[in-house]
Amino acid sequence: MADSTLPIDGPVGGTIGVPHEVEDVPTWGERLHEWVTTVDHKKLGLMYIGYGLLFLLVGGIEALLIRLQLFFPNNHFISSVVFNRLFTMHGTTMVFMVGMTIIIGFANYLVPLMIGARDMAFPRLNAFSFWMTALGGLFLYYSFIGGVGLQGAGSAPDFTWWGYAPLTERAFSRGHTADYWALALIVQGFGTIGAAVNIIATTFSMRCKGMTLFRMPLLVWLNLVVAGMILTTISPLTAAQIMLTIDRYLGGHFFDSQAGGSPLLWFHFFWIFGHPEVYVLVLPAFAIANEVIPTFSRKAIFGYPAMVAASVGIGFISVSVWAHHMFTVGMKPASNAFFVLSTELVGVPTAIKIFNWIATMWGGRIRFTTSMLFATAFVAQFLLAGLTGIMLSVAPWNWQLHGTYFVVAHFHYVLVGAIVFCIFSGLYYWYPKMTGKLLDERLGKWHFWLFLIGFHMTFDLMHIPGLLGMPRWIYTYQPGHGWEIWNQLVGVGAVFQAVAMLVFVYNLVHSYLKGTDAGPDPWDAWTLEWFTPSPPPAYNFATEPVVRSRRPLWDIKHPEDPDWKYE
Amino acid sequence: MFSLRATMFHPGEKVNAKRKFLVSRGIRHLTCGFISMFASGVAWAQTASDGIARTQNPFHPHSSSAHLIQQLSFFTLAITGAIFAVVAGLWLYVVIKYRQHGSNEQMEEPPQIYGSTQIELAWTVIPILIVVVLFLTVARILFALQDQPVPQNALHVDVVGHQYWWEFRYPSYGFITANELHIPLGEPAGTVTTGLKLLSADVDHSFWVPSLYGKVDTVPNKENDIVLDPTQTGVYEGQCAQFCGTAHAQMLLRVYVQTPEEFAAWAKRQQDTAIEDPAVAQGRQVFETQSCVSCHTIRGTAAHGRFGPDLTHLMSRDTIASGLISNTPENLKRWIEDPEAIKPGALMPAMQLSGDQIDQMVTYLATLK
Repeated sequence: MADSTLPIDGPVGGTIGVPHEVEDVPTWGERLHEWVTTVDHKKLGLMYIGYGLLFLLVGGIEALLIRLQLFFPNNHFISSVVFNRLFTMHGTTMVFMVGMTIIIGFANYLVPLMIGARDMAFPRLNAFSFWMTALGGLFLYYSFIGGVGLQGAGSAPDFTWWGYAPLTERAFSRGHTADYWALALIVQGFGTIGAAVNIIATTFSMRCKGMTLFRMPLLVWLNLVVAGMILTTISPLTAAQIMLTIDRYLGGHFFDSQAGGSPLLWFHFFWIFGHPEVYVLVLPAFAIANEVIPTFSRKAIFGYPAMVAASVGIGFISVSVWAHHMFTVGMKPASNAFFVLSTELVGVPTAIKIFNWIATMWGGRIRFTTSMLFATAFVAQFLLAGLTGIMLSVAPWNWQLHGTYFVVAHFHYVLVGAIVFCIFSGLYYWYPKMTGKLLDERLGKWHFWLFLIGFHMTFDLMHIPGLLGMPRWIYTYQPGHGWEIWNQLVGVGAVFQAVAMLVFVYNLVHSYLKGTDAGPDPWDAWTLEWFTPSPPPAYNFATEPVVRSRRPLWDIKHPEDPDWKYE
Repeated sequence: MFSLRATMFHPGEKVNAKRKFLVSRGIRHLTCGFISMFASGVAWAQTASDGIARTQNPFHPHSSSAHLIQQLSFFTLAITGAIFAVVAGLWLYVVIKYRQHGSNEQMEEPPQIYGSTQIELAWTVIPILIVVVLFLTVARILFALQDQPVPQNALHVDVVGHQYWWEFRYPSYGFITANELHIPLGEPAGTVTTGLKLLSADVDHSFWVPSLYGKVDTVPNKENDIVLDPTQTGVYEGQCAQFCGTAHAQMLLRVYVQTPEEFAAWAKRQQDTAIEDPAVAQGRQVFETQSCVSCHTIRGTAAHGRFGPDLTHLMSRDTIASGLISNTPENLKRWIEDPEAIKPGALMPAMQLSGDQIDQMVTYLATLK
């Protein structure tokens, strides 16, 4: 179906759009040199995504070990020290090394293509950002070998991924694990801020002719909002980590409670980063769904202006909700009430989004490719994740649910059920553009159904031990609370997910080597990236495209009924 | 109100009815699963009660506050459940109804709809109204719970979280105990009898006894206050709910709610200094000459340490090692020999005593009724 759907005469992207054949096959050394020194936004995007997927496997293995330990009550397969390291590393890895890198990778790859630009605004800053991010991951995992300090303490941080002070201070965290952890997040934070600056500059100054702000694809809009949020949220995290490092090395007392410092200050610093961070991760996931759902429903997105407004609204509201992570620290009722209200208000723009996705599918002709399956499941799962979020926003009930497996289930519903599902959706959707090969659909369906079963088995059932009072962060538990059976079912679900991941990895490799050629526009889509060959040449567009509507390729494919008549 | 496209929508010629049925049934089962998930969590909790109220289950409330929280949780579940039913129903309808049947070759595009101000306004306003209703309900209960007055004659206890045990100070009685909090039942039951001041000696902990109240953190350099209003006597389990280090998983606690008479008797006994039994003087001497005394207090002896639990009335407690094992001489011996083996990460070191010394010391400790 691939080439026949492209309605453009002649070679794609204009007459000189076809990349010329390279006669000499580069050696491995040359290829390595090319990737290391590249400033091409597509190569950097791919490196971000590849880097994230690699850490996804690492973090996944950590999760499997955690589930194995919790399979039986009073289990001693893993010691408490190692268990604490595992969940700390799992959390830090998944949020910073997986979530952030993959979403920035997608933004890097897609934003310039979608707005008809040849690269990001600052290509060298882009490369710098990626390598800083990469360095962050290395620092974090180097703590496994370099963290041992005094008395053999250390070897990987073991104080949860938000490292509540004073547990990270010298008195309670000897050795160098907290140092590597702080350093990793500082370094990666600089990389992330660089990427955000770049995305903002690119969307504001690199758009092609006719690409007004309100003709930008929603993916670009959402990444613009995310970039703005990164600037306001990563900065406090970086500041807090620097303060912690000052405490540890220069005798500062910001969080050092023994010397009158304020642990509460760390709570605030961390969560003013930590909660918007959830939206920093989930908005790019929405962004992917915003492209995939219309294409496979064969309809324009329903309520484009409302979707933009809702995204910007989420961006603003999300920086006022952080203390809903702190309902139990003993705030006054008025403060608690404020954060109840602000948190529940986030439900309004997200509700608008869910309704708009359903309305986009309504009356459409839905093609359930693997990509669309993931996006469809995402909509329902995000609905449920949002509703458990509403439950957690109810402060008095939160006092019971906070710090239990209910919370763990809730945020994994967001992180896996929404973000990871959208990332998979995006990979099935754009893999053909990135590599020129289609991902195998049969393997894709296996991947989807196995992962769906595993996901629901793990994370639906994980709510229950939480409701029954099982706290998180415990390496083992006493029998007789009714928690055993749920932990076992959850563990089995994790195995399903692991198998699905193996299928996926196999699919990535198999399709790259033996997949069918995708052609420039395999999905019959409407945004500018499909106007280039697959994979696009280094310069993306031989001539600068000119657009007249939100769906430039629809206009070309349907000259009798173009979008610009209606916008 | 819709800006419709001119194109007509032609559904696919062939409908694979059986496949459609199977898929819809599968999705229906999935939805039922979602709903029953919450239902079963709650139902299990309610049947778990077995005469003795020993539970760590928030859906098994035994105080006025916990009852109120439970009611609020049911109210929230009802609202969110209704939202789920409506929106998931729409999702399901769309997914089944608008699937493409047959191949996509030669099919025309469906009508393009860009939006509808009325509909979008509706699904903006309705969520706002729901938020307002929910918020007002939550705020009312929030203030009711947090602003509960503490009666003049209420018991005051300072709760201090330590790595990895709980210290309970009864300042008006002048004694200190550990890991097992005793409080009286009110008259009538369900009234506030106890005010707790939550403090931390080192890192963040969280005091959580689900049947009595939600969790409240003990944060260094910060004081938090809560009140307890139990409705029934019994033993209620809880545990530290904020990660606090290696042995966090084993930082358990219990609350004993007693009749006022039982409580008064218990408190009177706790006020006494430690029993002196000449028969176990040897064990006492071992205790006093080892570095046990730098961490533990036994009132009436040379032991004045503040770092570990007060042992003056050790044998009046049902458990040791912060609720982890029952308080028997055998367990005491195992614990003194090697705390790490029972509770990895515990800050009490193995004292490298001889077998005789340990036996003498356990015999002594066992007299501290």
